Amino acid sequence: MTIIADEPVPEPQPGFLALALRNRSFVVGALLTLFIAGMALLSFFWTPYDVTRLVVADRMLPLSSAHWFGTDQFGRDVLSMIMIGARASIAVALVAVVIGLGVGVPLGCWAAARGGIVDEVLMRFNDVVFAFPALLMAILITAIFGPSATNAVIAIGIFNIPVFARVARAGALAIWPREFILAARAAGKGKARITAEHILPNIANLLLVQGTIQFALGVLAEAGLSYVGLGVQPPMPSWGRMLFDAQPRMMVAPTLALFPGLAIVITVLGLNLLGDGVSDAIDPKLRRQR
Amino acid sequence: MTAYITKRLLIALVTILVASVIVFSMLEIVPGDPARVMLGMNATPEALQALRDQMGLDQPLLVRYFDWIGQLLVFDFGKSYTYNIPVRDLIAERVVVSLPLAIMALALSTLIAIPVGIFSAERRGRMADTLSMGAAQIGVAVPNFWFALLLVYVFAVWLRLVPAGGFPGWGAGAWPALKALILPAIALALPQAAILSRVTRSAMLDVLGEDYIRTARAKGMPRNVVLWHHALRNALIPVLTILGLQFAFLLAGTIIIENVFYLPGLGRLVFQAITQRDLIVVEGVVMLLVAVVVLVNLLVDLSYAVVDPRLRTSR
Repeated sequence: MTIIADEPVPEPQPGFLALALRNRSFVVGALLTLFIAGMALLSFFWTPYDVTRLVVADRMLPLSSAHWFGTDQFGRDVLSMIMIGARASIAVALVAVVIGLGVGVPLGCWAAARGGIVDEVLMRFNDVVFAFPALLMAILITAIFGPSATNAVIAIGIFNIPVFARVARAGALAIWPREFILAARAAGKGKARITAEHILPNIANLLLVQGTIQFALGVLAEAGLSYVGLGVQPPMPSWGRMLFDAQPRMMVAPTLALFPGLAIVITVLGLNLLGDGVSDAIDPKLRRQR
Repeated sequence: MTAYITKRLLIALVTILVASVIVFSMLEIVPGDPARVMLGMNATPEALQALRDQMGLDQPLLVRYFDWIGQLLVFDFGKSYTYNIPVRDLIAERVVVSLPLAIMALALSTLIAIPVGIFSAERRGRMADTLSMGAAQIGVAVPNFWFALLLVYVFAVWLRLVPAGGFPGWGAGAWPALKALILPAIALALPQAAILSRVTRSAMLDVLGEDYIRTARAKGMPRNVVLWHHALRNALIPVLTILGLQFAFLLAGTIIIENVFYLPGLGRLVFQAITQRDLIVVEGVVMLLVAVVVLVNLLVDLSYAVVDPRLRTSR
């Protein structure tokens, strides 16, 4: 019996990397993402300048070989700020994705496994959360607990929950009627065990693709929240906050507003391309349609 | 059809109700006494108590919740702690900025995205498709407030064609007011248009592979009639879904964009209210926006039935 139940599912695994590496979106996306992630990692060990030291004499310097991206209103090196700012973007978006996955996937799988009233109630609750765009949620949370990076993470994370719940539910519903699930049930496995052993591995790819999308959206949301002062708080550098500080100085130093924005675009573009590449490589059939 | 509409209506109602419980209970756990906020630190205990009685703060939780809901139903959002005028008036004053902005952005985004999506789908794999979808890929990655800053730099600081920010009010005439909303609307619309054009393209590609499209072409229908009449109508459902979601994002987006352009809309109101801890204003604006999002999604659900007659009977 167990032999039938554990029959390998038609998995895209063999040759996934080979397929992915032939995919232009994947390669470009992976390179951009690695570049930003590498920059964030590097910033823990080394940045061109120390951003905690304010050098009044070096305020608002233009681009030069000493300061590639110039300096800001406190004399801090913009390149160093951007490198450290990558940490906040990545950390906030990543934890928000983990919250979404951690809560949304079990809920979605539960809804798919149980069906009926459980499914209906969970999906309606999803609708409720969907009615709160992440920014509104952040506004509510901030109004109550005050602005902080943690509250930004929670707000974005809460918005991710119904997204992952829907993807997991839809994916799981497509797997449940398959024969190998029937075999597993015949073997006496319970719904929870089937979900863990058979459903989850089969929807992992879907979740991975959705994860990159939500990661990218999280980076955008974090930047927006920091820009309006609801996210990462100064003096911790964040790209959104840098743009906020750059705005009144655009007449004199437009590049201050240029580089943090480009950093956001590169990160989001990289993640989106990566997601596209992964989904193409997982399901080459889809590629022809796109 | 009636069953479908009834179900959607019920879902929308329940959603708003649950949302109201969430908003109410979140503001319930806030430390601090609204009466204290309104009267300041030097208020006498008697004055505080009088105000608490007047505001009903000592009533049981459920009583206050139902009072609040009852007031919301007649668009009474309470009185602002700091401005000491009804929140409804504050909202009415600001909504005339935010709503036109969101609608302009939605219209602009749709007007750009649907033709681009159709155009790329029709020329799939060719240069025009690759270029426009490449642009869309980048457009999705651009944060709207950063794009807004770039627009301000080019069109307001550099070319001096439009004001960099501020709002003269509709009283100053329609043109100056619209002029102040043009850049914000473009900034909001383009990233949304990028998403929408991708969705339109892929929905069109699904439809263009269908047999009835080949039939329509084979019997000699003009290309544009096939595209805009036969194909688009069938591709419209996913497009409408995204449009509904986008309206929610646009509303949220206006909150940020208003801060870029110093527009006196709902977004500015909410941020001022947060800094002044004027929670009743936050509560009112959030509830209003949630209700609008739910209503728009309800309209989208209902419009499915208009667009796709098959849904009228099958659901």
